Parts: sequence; C-alpha cells; structure tokens
Amino acid sequence: MKERLVLIGNGMAGVRTLEELLKINPDAYDITVFGAEPYGNYNRIMLSPMLTGEATLDEIMLNTLEWYEENSIKLHTGKKIVKIDRKNQTVIADDRSEIPYDRLLIATGSNPFILPVPGSDFEGVIGFRDVNDVETMLAYAKKAKHAVVIGGGLLGLEAANGLQKNGMKVRVVHLGDTLMNQQLDSESGKMLQKELEVRGVEFLMGASTKEIIGRNKKVQGVIFDDGREISADLVVMAVGIKPDIELAESAGIYCNRGIVVNDTMQTYDPKIYAVGECVQHRNSTYGLVAPLFEMGKVCANHLAKLGYGRYEGSVTSTKLKVTGIDLFSAGDFNGDDDCERIVYRDPSQNIYKKIVLKDNRIQGAVLYGNTMDGPWYFQLMREGTDVTSFRDTLMFGQGHLGDSGHDNNSVMNMSDDAEVCGCNGVTKGDIVKAITTEGLFTLDEVKAHTKAGASCGGCTGLVEQILASTVGSDFSHPEVKPMCGCTDHSHDQVREAIRVQALHTIDAVYQQLDWRNDNGCPTCRPAVNYYLISSWPEQVQDDSQSRFINERVHANIQKDRTYTVVPRMWGGVTTSKELRAIADAADKYEVPMVKVTGGQRIDLVGLKKEQLPHIWKDLNDAGMVSGHAYGKALRTVKTCIGSQYCRFGTQDSVAMGIALEKLSWASWTPHKFKMAVSGCPRNCAEATIKDFGVVAVDSGYELHIGGNGGIKVRVTDLLARVETDGEVLEYAGAFMQIYREEARYLERTAPWIERVGLNYVKERIVDNVENRKALNERFLISQKIAQNDPWAELTKDEHRLEFIPMKSFDESTNVEKIAVNG
Amino acid sequence: MSNWIEVGKLEDIPRLGSRVVKMGDIEIAIFRTDKDETFAVANKCPHKGGPLADGIVHGNSVTCPLHNWTIDLESGEAKAPDKGCARGFEVKVESGVIFLQQ
Ligand code: SRM
Ligand SMILES: Cc1cc2nc3c(=O)[nH]c(=O)nc-3n(C[C@H](O)[C@H](O)[C@H](O)COP(=O)(O)OP(=O)(O)OC[C@H]3O[C@@H](n4cnc5c(N)ncnc54)[C@H](O)[C@@H]3O)c2cc1C
Ligand code: SF4
Ligand code: FES
Repeated sequence: MKERLVLIGNGMAGVRTLEELLKINPDAYDITVFGAEPYGNYNRIMLSPMLTGEATLDEIMLNTLEWYEENSIKLHTGKKIVKIDRKNQTVIADDRSEIPYDRLLIATGSNPFILPVPGSDFEGVIGFRDVNDVETMLAYAKKAKHAVVIGGGLLGLEAANGLQKNGMKVRVVHLGDTLMNQQLDSESGKMLQKELEVRGVEFLMGASTKEIIGRNKKVQGVIFDDGREISADLVVMAVGIKPDIELAESAGIYCNRGIVVNDTMQTYDPKIYAVGECVQHRNSTYGLVAPLFEMGKVCANHLAKLGYGRYEGSVTSTKLKVTGIDLFSAGDFNGDDDCERIVYRDPSQNIYKKIVLKDNRIQGAVLYGNTMDGPWYFQLMREGTDVTSFRDTLMFGQGHLGDSGHDNNSVMNMSDDAEVCGCNGVTKGDIVKAITTEGLFTLDEVKAHTKAGASCGGCTGLVEQILASTVGSDFSHPEVKPMCGCTDHSHDQVREAIRVQALHTIDAVYQQLDWRNDNGCPTCRPAVNYYLISSWPEQVQDDSQSRFINERVHANIQKDRTYTVVPRMWGGVTTSKELRAIADAADKYEVPMVKVTGGQRIDLVGLKKEQLPHIWKDLNDAGMVSGHAYGKALRTVKTCIGSQYCRFGTQDSVAMGIALEKLSWASWTPHKFKMAVSGCPRNCAEATIKDFGVVAVDSGYELHIGGNGGIKVRVTDLLARVETDGEVLEYAGAFMQIYREEARYLERTAPWIERVGLNYVKERIVDNVENRKALNERFLISQKIAQNDPWAELTKDEHRLEFIPMKSFDESTNVEKIAVNG
Repeated sequence: MSNWIEVGKLEDIPRLGSRVVKMGDIEIAIFRTDKDETFAVANKCPHKGGPLADGIVHGNSVTCPLHNWTIDLESGEAKAPDKGCARGFEVKVESGVIFLQQ
C-alpha cells in the first residue's frame, strides 16, 4: 500500500508543493487535501483584480476540481481540520471525520490581523484575505457609500483602489506619514499618494485608530486617538497578517511566531512538514508567494525522498497591483550611513528611481513610474555584483550597457539567467527556450508553459517584450496603461476612438469615453488636444487652454517667470540684417541675456510676458518667425557648411536644411522633432542623433531616423539611401506624418522606433511607395493649416489679452490704471 | 466691509483660463472654470512663486506651470502631499462683470 500524505490548507503554498511533488514522483503517495474554503485552489494574489472587476473567480482558479481528480487527489472543500492526533497519526475535521496519515503537510497560511479596538467585532469590519472578503466588499459597494481602509500598505491600497473603482468613497487611514513605508521611501510614497489622490482616494495620515463605533453592532464610523472621527459603512483592516498556527500549536508542534521548520521544511515532528505563510524559517516569516514557492520545491524534494533540496531563506521584492501605477521595491531602500544613493527624478513624467549602494554593490532599490529594470537590479542585488564598471549608467538600466547605438533593445540585452518572474523564479532563458522549442505565440501560452506571469502578473510587460523580440516584429500588443488617473483608456484607445467615432472636441472625447474628471487633468488634456488636431487637421480647432503655457504663449517660461524668444534661423543661416534686428530688439527691450542655443540659433532670454507681442512684432517686421523652441513641434534643422564651401562636402547641406525646415516648420508632433543635414559622412551637424538626420554622400543622401541626444543618447537607424533632393523631402514628410499619426503623445521618435521596430517603419515608408506618397500627402495637407507664424497670429489684437493684466491699480493712491486692451 | 471693485468682464477671461489683476505690487489671478465659476488667488505659487495664471485649469484646480503643483482654487491650498497655500480673494460676477473685494 502506498503511503498516505495529508495536506491541511488548500492554498497557494500547499498545492504548489503537491504540483512539484507530482512532477518528480507522481505515484509516491495517496494524497488527501483539506481546505476550509469551499473552492478548488485559487490565486489569492488575484483577489485584488477580482475586486476591481478585472478578473472573475473562474479566471483566478489555479487548479480546478478536475485537476484533483486527474491526479487522484481526494479533495475535501469546506472542511476544516480541528485537531491533529500525532500519537495515532490522524487528523480530525470539523465534521468529525478522521483520516490517518504517514506524512502530514501543514499549509494553513495566515489570518488578517484585526486591531483589538472596541467595535472591531461589528458587522462591516472585515479583513482582505479570501474570496468571501471580496464578495462582502462588492456587496457593500452596491448598497453603501463610505469605506474606510485601515492600513496604507500593499493590501490596504489594493483594497482601497478596488473599492473606489466600485464607486465607494474611500478613505485610507495610515499610522505612518507615508504610504507603504515597509517598501517605499518617503519620496516615492508621496508620489504614490498623489497619484491615488488624483484617482479619488482620500488619505488620513498619522492617524491611530481608537475605536470603531456603530449601532446594533453595525459599523457607523471610526474614531482616532487625536479625536478625529469619520463615518464608515465598511471598515477593511489591512494592518498586517498573523501566521495561522493555532492548529499546530494545539497539537504541541513547536511554534514561535510561525510553525518552526528547518531547511528541509520539516517541523519538530519529523513526520510533519509545513510550508507557506504559516511557517517561521531561520527566524523569518514571509507574506509573498515567491519564497513560498521556493519552500514548496524543497519540501516536495524531501517528500519524494530525494533528500538533497535545501531552503535557505529568500530575499523578496515587491510590486503593487494597481493598474497604471508602476512601482518596484527591493532590499534596504533607505540604506545606512555607509551607503551611497543614486537618485533620478523626472517630475513631469512621474518617474523616480533610487538605488542604494554599499561598496559598489546594490543594497536596495525603489523604482516608481518606470519599473522595467527592477528585475535586473534585483538580480544584481541578490548576486552581490560589483557595479563599479557600469556605475555611471546603472540608473539608465540594462538596455544602456554596451554601445548605445543600434539594435539596442533592452530585453535583448538581458542575460539568459536574469530572473523575469520573481514569483515563480522563471528566467529569461527559460522563457526564450519555451517560446522557440514549443513554438509559442501568445502570452497565455507562455504563462501556461513556464508559469511566468501566472501569479501576480507584475512581469507581464517584460514577458510580452521577450515574446515580441523572440517571435519578431509581427507580434504587437496594445498598450493597456491608462493615459492618466482620469480614465482607464490607453493612449492608443483614445486615438482610435477619436478616429473611428469621428470625435472633434475634447469634451466629446471625455463624454464618449466616460472620463472621470470633467476637464481632465494637465496630463491628458494636452494629449487629447494633440490627438484631435493631428487626426482632423482640417476640422478641429486647436484648444489653447489645453496647452502647456509654453505652447500657449509661444515662448519658454523660465524659473523667474520671464520668457525666452528664439526666432527661426532657417537651416542655421542668418544675415547681417537679421542680426541687426535682433540686436536692436535686445537693446529696446533690455534683454538680460543673448545666447546662442545648442540648436544653431539665437535665444533672447529674460523677457516679461507683456513684452512678448511687442518684440515679436519687431522681429516679424524684420522677416523672422517663431522658432518653436518651446513646442512639441519641429524645432531646428541643423546644418554644416556643406559643398558650397567645404573642401569635403558632397552636397549642399545648407540648401537641403533650409528646404527641410521650410517644409516642416510649425508642424505639431507627439514630442519635439529635430533634424540635421551633414554635407559628408564626417557629419559635422551631428545628424545621427536627430529624429530625422540626413548625411550627404557622393551618390546622394543617407536618411537616418530615431536618433536622440538628451537624457538617453540613441544613435539613428539607417532608413534608406536616396539620390534626389525631392526624395529626401518626400521621405521626411512621410516619416514625420507616420510619427505624428502613430506615436503616443510625449513619445519621441527614439522610444517609438524601439517599440514598433525599424522594420515596421521601413515596410511602410521604404517598401510601400504608395503609402509613403499618401503619408507625405497627408503631411502637406496638415501643413497647409498649421504653417502660420504664431507670433504674427498672436500680435493681432484679439489675441493679445492673454499677455496683459485685465486691470492695474496703483494701490498706494488707489488710482486705477485701465490697461489698454489692444 | 464689502468694498467691491470692478475689474473687468467675464468674457475677457477664456473658459478654463485666467487673467491677472495688478494691485500695486500684488498680482491677483482670476480664474474662470468651464462652468463659468470664478476664483481669485494670488498669482504666486506657494512652492517657488510660479505664475498660477499661466497654469492649466481643470475642475476647480490649476496646475502650476513650473513644477506641476496643483492648487485648489476654492481654498488656495496645494493638493497633498505638497503643502502650502496661495492667498485667496473674494470675487463675484454680476451681469457679466467681475468684482473683487478689496
Ligand atoms: C535653449 C536650449 C539650450 C541652449 O541654450 O542651447 C535648450 C533649452 C531647453 N531644453 Fe534642450 N535646449 C536646447 C537644445 C537641446 C539639444 C541640442 C540640439 O537640439 O541639438 C538637446 C539634445 C538633442 C536632443 O533633443 O535629442 C536638448 C535636449 C533636451 C532634453 C532631453 C530630450 C530627450 O529626448 O532626452 C530636454 C527635456 C525634455 O524635452 O523633456 C530639453 C528641454 C529643454 C528646456 C525646454 C527645458 C524646459 O522645459 O524649460 C529648455 C528651455 C530653456 C529655454 O526656455 O530656452 N532639452 N536640448 C537649446 C535650444 C535649441 C534650439 O535652438 O531650439
Ligand atoms: C489581496 C491579496 C493580494 C496579494 N498580493 C500579492 C502579490 O501581489 N504578490 C505576492 O507575492 N503575494 C501576494 N499576496 C500574498 C499571497 O497571496 C500569500 O502569500 C499566499 O497566498 C500564501 O499562501 P499560503 O498557502 O501560505 O496561504 P493561503 O493561500 O492563505 O492558503 C491557506 C489555506 O489554508 C486554509 N486553512 C487554514 N486553516 C485550515 C484548517 N485548519 N483546515 C483546512 N484548511 C485550512 C485556508 O482557508 C486557506 O485557504 C496577496 C494576498 C492577498 C490576500
Ligand atoms: S560635414 Fe562634411 S561638408 Fe560638412 S563641414 Fe564637415 S566635412 Fe565639411
Ligand atoms: S513654483 Fe509652482 S510648482 Fe514650483
């Protein structure tokens, strides 16, 4: 007769152990499982998406009842084990049935910690742990308004996000000053808070719960130590978890905070093993699945009597599962006095990254807004890699190692042993191998074959990228990240709706797509405005109130509230007449600084807003127009001296630069767009780091695309070689138009090309001649409308109001000076 | 003390926009929401003095053009976690004419 194995706890760790065991020795035991919950085994992590409505109970089942049958496992759902009789080696369930065991596996998980305050036993006070809790929350969301979540950690915030998505007014109460203080430093914690506030969640920080009040044992509100009081129909306690050791303890198995186990997952009773959140191993307890799965693997190894696996503890990393919020945290993210910290912030993009180093080894990391490189940092941290040799580019991620030029796709640069799925310990190599040997094409297939992305789903983006780069550019997936907190729609979905439903105003977009805030926010409004004007150039009126101040007043705002004025210098060429006009203007308006820009033209710095229309008029009168140095638009076209004079020049780069600038000036683009033309491959105009770069050669021109100076330098890709000037202009128009139509707002050509692939662009512009001509045609149509000098427009009377005060009073004498409107 | 002074016409401020009124050295930004509500706040961001009148207006808030703080126009208060307050002024509209309280 086979030996009998009994598992108590039909949860994530216990059943994973069984799966591992069946893999190595399917016939070792007669297996019986007891689960207190009335279901098969489900993915507890996905309760958060289930609460928001992004997943159903069916979708989060890990093992269906058929799975148990197929593997001849006896499953008792809805039965709780109330006693372990170690002497007779049996377990006794709450229906008094008694089952003998040869080996016992305890995986009872943990229970939510409920604050022992008065009223904590009222109806409407719950934890967030199982399907039942989710169903309770959903039921309350249907009938009640006010929810209070106690605890601003991972679970609390996921609960809050879910409840607010279900229409409840949610307040999160947190003892500390910043959210997720176990995983985030205060800066990233604050960014998170801000982002959740935009979505409508409210926070009470530094609040210590004193009492839950109610009537007839039903919750009505919460009172805090400092006397504050708020109303509540539902209180979710998410202040922590407590290993469930009651049963083991009552059976006399040695427990401390958890059931104490050795490196083989054995308890003090050699017939009894334990895995999961209920155990304490080398003095640590865990609340994330990655360590539990490692435990399961080791435990299965011993249950199968192989006897060599050792569990030696885990280092964990964290992600938050709130759609649209990317954060990653691992290790010691604050560091001590001996640590150094590298920090990167980009407030406008909401990105924050911090790496803590000690002796040039990573101790911890916090990433907010862009978590792409989290797994890499985590790997470097666990392996204790010395980062000295690439420390200066560490912050820019793994994709930045090596030459920053061609084919520099960051997932391709990940090493094969880099861990992609932290929950299931799946490496990039495992995934690539599965894709190539099994011929996989979809994310679900990869998930099924490797388990990558099958638990918390945090690595789904990375897995998709690996799939894309392994399968080739045929694979494309829609971006699902919402544009901002006002909507769940992604950039691509919004643009699609604008085209398909022929939407012509921002209000129409907001209404059709159920925007959460009437006028959107500073993130979505400029984007939507751009999508409208670029989709319907002939129909849609540009909305200046939806433009950032620079684009609204056609000048760059400076920190002292003054503005800069940069006139266009076509192809970098100027004349003595223009320079004289600039000099005169500089004198007349007492311009504090005149500077040559990095884009081959002159910047008049430090003008007052009121002065702008006047100086523009003077520059206009001398024949100059706005240089759009402020816009998501064509910026400059840099040129070198070229064949007119240079002894090496092969073509007239100056004339070509001027032609390109005349063609494309004043066009609005998703992000800024820069060009350059060099007269020979010595490339003095640095054309190979421009969005569109032209390098002249004996036989004509090389056309380059997708270059970028700036934060992350990227060298261009070669698009095509052409012979005539006309072709250069046609390609330039076509390329700008495809970028205008397809890239997401604030995505420069470099990241856009990395996303869609060079081949994609080549197919549409080089191979498909008709499409190129059609794109260019659409560009020219849009230019007919766009190509007006905004300076000339804005100096016309009706538009000048913006620049002058509505009224001025001289306060001391109370004499009113009415500003001249015009 | 209700000393209301006339400062201009509502139609001179674009919807979701703002215009400035100068009182000696003080600049007051008058905002007009898309529901034609008006608010008046010192034209000086509590962060580093950015010109709030140049920001993007959304709902009853404005986002400062310099570093993206969002200011609640009803209270003048910066939205958490940023902390600070821009001074508010009483403003009313009668028959399309805007009055500020001195
Ligand atoms: C004026 C100028 C500096 C100068 O005095 O030389 C300048 C000034 C600013 N740059 Fe620049 N950049 C200037 C040439 C460049 C160049 C060089 C070039 O164009 O050849 C680069 C690198 C090339 C590139 O863009 O690929 C450059 C890369 C950036 C970046 C990083 C862009 C990136 O994709 O990584 C930013 C930040 C951004 O756009 O988000 C930036 C942003 C800015 C802003 C707009 C910052 C801001 O938001 O206030 C600065 C405005 C100051 C102002 O009001 O004048 N500036 N900036 C240059 C204007 C050129 C012109 O005539 O239009
Ligand atoms: C909402 C939520 C979100 C989460 N998100 C993440 C995440 O993003 N990433 C991550 O890594 N982790 C996450 N976790 C944690 C993760 O789900 C747990 O670490 C994991 O489920 C623990 O597995 P376990 O098997 O130890 O316990 P459980 O999965 O809780 O399984 C224990 C089972 O034992 C049963 N049981 C207990 N006592 C008895 C008994 N006496 N008789 C019979 N049955 C019994 C219980 O009913 C339960 O079904 C999340 C948890 C929650 C609740
Ligand atoms: S790029 Fe060529 S043509 Fe232009 S200046 Fe340099 S050497 Fe001369
Ligand atoms: S000055 Fe307003 S946000 Fe910095």
